[in-house]
Amino acid sequence: MSVANQIEQKLTSLLHPVALEVEDESHKHKGHAGAREGGETHFRVTITAEAFRGQSRVACHRLVTNALGELIGNPIHALSITARAPDQP
Amino acid sequence: MSENPVFDRIQAEIDANDVVLFMKGTPLFPQCGFSATVVKVLTYLGAPFKGVNVLEDPELRDGIKHFSDWPTIPQLYVKGEFVGGCDIVREMFEGGELADFLTEKGVMLEAA
Repeated sequence: MSVANQIEQKLTSLLHPVALEVEDESHKHKGHAGAREGGETHFRVTITAEAFRGQSRVACHRLVTNALGELIGNPIHALSITARAPDQP
Repeated sequence: MSENPVFDRIQAEIDANDVVLFMKGTPLFPQCGFSATVVKVLTYLGAPFKGVNVLEDPELRDGIKHFSDWPTIPQLYVKGEFVGGCDIVREMFEGGELADFLTEKGVMLEAA
């Protein structure tokens, strides 16, 4: 399973998002520190879930990174997160 | 003393400087795009800050992640409070919130 699929699976089962987009942006970081042959290192997650309602930005990000657990560090080298509750701007 | 000796060093940096950015590289030569973005935002707002290069020190690089309970770098602290990483700083900047936050915290912004 691709790393993007693993990310999707973990976030879906733990945070029950109403919308979720996982983009592999590794190609944009080719040759940078942390980039590997074959990619799958740099990701962007855009997620909408009830779990984020009323939470601070820091708390929302922690919900996402905690859900991903040991994927962070290796294989995920970098992760951009946009986390919102439904109908939040 | 805390359980992890590097935590005391981190706390000392945070106590000694109103705005501290734990980053990869230096403010002049950031070595990661995410760190570079936060440097640009702080510089644009005229916020004086101390950059701490985690690449110079593997213990610090690992320790800051546990200290903040935050798995990625960069990490921004203002007056001892953890603000977040690149995404949060950028969101706060784009929404016009960051300048107000810094001012409320008593950080003097210099005219750019």
